[in-house]
Amino acid sequence: MPKVTIDNIEIEVPEGTTILQAARLIGERNAADRHVVPPTMCYYSSLKTSGGYCRTCIVKVTKGSDKDPRPMPKPVASCRTNVMDGMVVANTTDADLLDARRAVTEFLLINHPLDCPICDQAGECHLQDLGYEHGLEASRYQFERRTFDPIDIGTTIKLHMNRCILCYRCVKVADQLTDGRVHGVINRGDVSEISTYIQNVVENDFSGNVIDVCPVGALTDRTFRFASRVWFTNPVDAHRDCPKCSGKAVLWLKGQEVLRVTGRKDQWGEVEDFICNECRFEHKDLKAWTVEGPRKIDRHSVIGQGHYELKRQQRMLESAAPNVPELNKAKQPDR
Amino acid sequence: MGRKLLLEHVGKPGIQGLEGYRANGGYRSVEKALRTLTPEAVLEEVKKSGLRGRGGAGFPTGMKWSFMAKPPGVPRYLVVNADESEPGTFKDRYLMERIPHLLVEGMITASFALGANVSYIYIRGEYFYIHRILERAIGEARAAGWLGKNILGSGFDHEIHVQIGAGAYICGEETALLESLEGKRGNPRIKPPFPAVKGLYDCPTVVNNVETIAAVVPIINDGGEEYAKIGVGKSTGTKLISAGGNIKRPGVYEIELGLPCEEFLNSDEWCGGVEGRALKAVVPGGSSVPIVPAELFFKTAKFEPRLMTYESLADGGFQTGTMLGSGGFYAYNDAQCIVRSTWNHTRFYHHESCGQCSPCREGTGWMEKVLHRLEHGHGRMDDIDLLWDIQKRIEGNTICPLGDAAAWPVASAIRHFRDEFEFHATHPTKVKDPKHFEKEPFVRKPKPVEA
Repeated sequence: MPKVTIDNIEIEVPEGTTILQAARLIGERNAADRHVVPPTMCYYSSLKTSGGYCRTCIVKVTKGSDKDPRPMPKPVASCRTNVMDGMVVANTTDADLLDARRAVTEFLLINHPLDCPICDQAGECHLQDLGYEHGLEASRYQFERRTFDPIDIGTTIKLHMNRCILCYRCVKVADQLTDGRVHGVINRGDVSEISTYIQNVVENDFSGNVIDVCPVGALTDRTFRFASRVWFTNPVDAHRDCPKCSGKAVLWLKGQEVLRVTGRKDQWGEVEDFICNECRFEHKDLKAWTVEGPRKIDRHSVIGQGHYELKRQQRMLESAAPNVPELNKAKQPDR
Repeated sequence: MGRKLLLEHVGKPGIQGLEGYRANGGYRSVEKALRTLTPEAVLEEVKKSGLRGRGGAGFPTGMKWSFMAKPPGVPRYLVVNADESEPGTFKDRYLMERIPHLLVEGMITASFALGANVSYIYIRGEYFYIHRILERAIGEARAAGWLGKNILGSGFDHEIHVQIGAGAYICGEETALLESLEGKRGNPRIKPPFPAVKGLYDCPTVVNNVETIAAVVPIINDGGEEYAKIGVGKSTGTKLISAGGNIKRPGVYEIELGLPCEEFLNSDEWCGGVEGRALKAVVPGGSSVPIVPAELFFKTAKFEPRLMTYESLADGGFQTGTMLGSGGFYAYNDAQCIVRSTWNHTRFYHHESCGQCSPCREGTGWMEKVLHRLEHGHGRMDDIDLLWDIQKRIEGNTICPLGDAAAWPVASAIRHFRDEFEFHATHPTKVKDPKHFEKEPFVRKPKPVEA
C-alpha cells in the first residue's frame, strides 16, 4: 500500500486513494490533524467525476513518488490526483500554496454577493468557512458583479444564480441520481449559469438533494425560506420507514415544529445517504418520524450566533508558523 | 529561398482536386506506407524526423504517438485538431483550403501507423466553407479507393469524418475538443488520464494539429532523416507562419526552422519589413505567447541573433524570451498601443473562458475590466500591480492552459512595457482618444537587458 506524507504526517492508504482522501483519513485518524485536510467546494465523494473545478483543494506535491522523486511543476487538485508511494505533499506548510488558495478564494468571492444576512445558507455555507479561513478582509474588486434574477426551478427549489460558484455538484446529482436531467450549465465563462432546459421544472423524487449538495446558497429549500436562521434551530437525527430512500434524515426543529428536513452530513459536509423528496418536503410533522437524538454539527460556522470557532485557524498557525512567517500576516490585505 | 514541403504545390492548377493532386505526386506516402512499411516503421520515421506538434506546445509527435495505449479489442482514434482559433493564426485554414488532399493523405498514413480505423477532423464552426472542401476531397479519395475497406489491398480499413464545432476557442484544447466531439459541453477534462490512454469515447486517441499531420506526408515520402536535416537542433523541418500586423506583406509563409528573425521580418521574400514606422514589439506565436519588444526579438538577452526555432525564441524564458507557439506572427509599429492590444487579448480570453474552474472564469473578466479602465483613461497607478497580481494568481492554477494563455500576454506586456501602462494612469485625458499613439508615438525608455 502506498505511503504518503502530507504536511509531515505520514499515512498508508489503499491503492487509488486521492491526496484529498488520504488527508481526510489523517483527519479521521486524529482530530488534531484535521488542519491538513484541504477545503473543498466542488468535490463530493459520492458523486463520480466531481471535483477539480473550484481549485480550493490545490496542494503542492514536493516529491512525486519514491520511483520518480521530481516535484510536480504546478499545484494539483488534491481531489483528482492519486497518491503514489513515497509522495510528499505540502498543504498548510507552504506559504506559496496558501497564497494560491487565498487567490482562489478571492476569485470565488468577486462575483458572489455579500448577502449572507438574508441568505438561508448562512451558518452552514462552505464559502463562508472558506472566506473566513482564507479570504481577505476587503475585496479588491471594484466593478459591478454579474447579476441574475432568482428563479424557481420547481415547487420546492429556489435558484439564486448570483450566489452560484459553478461547482457542478447539482448537475452531477441530477445526472447520477435521477433519470432525465433537465438542468445543466448554459453559456460559458463568467456568465455561465445553472438553468433548466427552456423553462423546465426539476421534478423527480430525488431533486431535493441538489439543495443539500450546494456548497453555497444558490439552491435553497423553498419550504424553509426565511423561516429561521439555521443556528436558531435544533437539529435532531430521525428516521422513518420510507419505501423510496433510507429514511435517515436530520430534522431542524424550533420547539416542536419541524422547519426543514435534510440529509445527514458527515464531518466533511457531505450527505451520507441521499433522501427522497417525500421525506424532505412532505413530512414536516414530528409524529411521522422516530427521533434518535440530537445531531452533532461540527462544521464550525454553524455552532453559534456571531461566534466562529477559531481553533482550526489557531492550529494551522501553530503548526505552520515556524516555517511560514507569511501566515501570521494572513489577515492583512494582500496588496 | 527556403525549401517548401507543404505548400510546394499550392497554386498549381487543379491541386484542390484528386487528379491534380495525384499528378503532383499525391498519395505516394500512403502507397509507400501501406505497401512497403509496417506501422512501427512509419512511427520510427516520424520519430527520426524530430517533428514537433505544430499546434503550439511543440511536443514531439513521434513520442506522443508512442504513448498511445494499445489494449486488445479496443478501437483507437486519430483526431485532427482543425479548431484553429488562436488570434493571429490562420495557417491551417490556408492549408486545408488550398491543398485539402494533403491533410487527407497525412491522416491515412498517420492512422496506419497508429492502427486507427476511424479518424476525425474537428473543424471550427467559422470554417464552414472549408468543411465543404474537405468533404469533397474525402469523397474523391473514397471513390478512388484511398479510403474505405482494404485500402490498396493491404487489409487496412480507414474512414474519415469531419465534425464542425460551434466556434469556441476552448474546443481547441484537446480534451475539450474530445468532449465536444462526443456531443457534450466543451469543457476540458482533468488530466491524467491523457487522451493517449483514455480519449474519445474512453478509447486511446491521438490529437494532432492539421499542420503536424500534413507534415507526415513529406516525412514518409523522403524519409525522416531527410526531414530532420532541415532546421536547427531540436527544431526540425518547415513551419507555416501566418504573418500579420503592421508588416508590408502579410500572409502564410512556409519557412525552414532556423531562419533568422530579422531576415523573416525584413526580407522581401517574407514579411517585407515593418509598414511605415518603427517596429515596437512582436508576438511571434499567436496571442497567448509573451509579447517581446523589438530589440529582444532580433537579439536574445545574450546578444545572439534570434532564430525562428522553438528553442531560440524561448531563450531567456519568460524574462526576455517568448515562444514559437502556433506560428501566429504579428508585429506592432510604434503607433500601436500595447495596453489597448493587451486589453483586446484579455477581452478575447474572458469571452472564451469555459467557466469551469474559478481562477480563469473570474480572473479573466477581472483583468479585462481593469485593462478597460486603464485604456480608457480611468485607471490608477495601483491597477498595474493589481493586474500583475491577478495574472500571477491565474497562471498555473487552472485545469487547462487557457488560464496560462490569458495570463502570459498580460505578464509580458507589463514586464516589458510598464512605462506605457504608467503613462495611461498618469495621462488620462490623452489616452481617452483611441488613436492616442498614432498622433504622438510613445517613446520608451530602453530597459537595460540582463542576460
